[in-house]
Amino acid sequence: MTVPGIAVGIVLPVLAVTVVLAFVRLARGPSLPDRVVALDLLATVGISIIAVYAVATNQPVVLDVAVVVALLSFLGTIAFAYYIERRR
Amino acid sequence: MQQALSISFMVIGTFFILVAGIAILRLPDVFLRMSATTKVATLGIGFTLLATAVYFNNLGVTSRAVAIIAFVMLTAPVSAHMIGRAAYLDGVPLWKGTVLDELRGRYDPETHVLAGSPGEQGAVDEAGVE
Repeated sequence: MTVPGIAVGIVLPVLAVTVVLAFVRLARGPSLPDRVVALDLLATVGISIIAVYAVATNQPVVLDVAVVVALLSFLGTIAFAYYIERRR
Repeated sequence: MQQALSISFMVIGTFFILVAGIAILRLPDVFLRMSATTKVATLGIGFTLLATAVYFNNLGVTSRAVAIIAFVMLTAPVSAHMIGRAAYLDGVPLWKGTVLDELRGRYDPETHVLAGSPGEQGAVDEAGVE
């Protein structure tokens, strides 16, 4: 059992299932903050997928994308929270 | 040894992220969902990036992984607090099994200032402690 084999065979499918679960909440989510929380979780799972993908393809360059996604998801969440608070 | 460590970190982190996914679908209330996903997903990210760092065993990769972990651990509580505050002020209903809501009636609905925040000591005395 090699590490890339485990990453492709077990870890990435489980992470994909998590993306589906978060997306169900994003589509259903009764209130707007629910959807923002789901988007935040999607970005978090995305960072994790990028890290595992770097292992699976043996290309550490991909980790730079994870840095950018981490920075942007924080800014996006803060902006959403700001505008939810001043909506009315 | 290094591969076994990497595999175990990766599986542990993925397990925690799966728990976060189940939590965001199953928990009854936006505050419970937010609490669960923020904490659990941060832990999952930490383990997954640690697995990557252990697998590549390289200074550049390790420093990137450590930077991402530190940044996420710094920003996740901040963004969770911002969303929670916005949701509360927006009037999102709490779960019906909630036993304690210490903020009820303490936020000014117009200015969104919390009674008893610093510089408003008089407001607490007038409102009294329930």
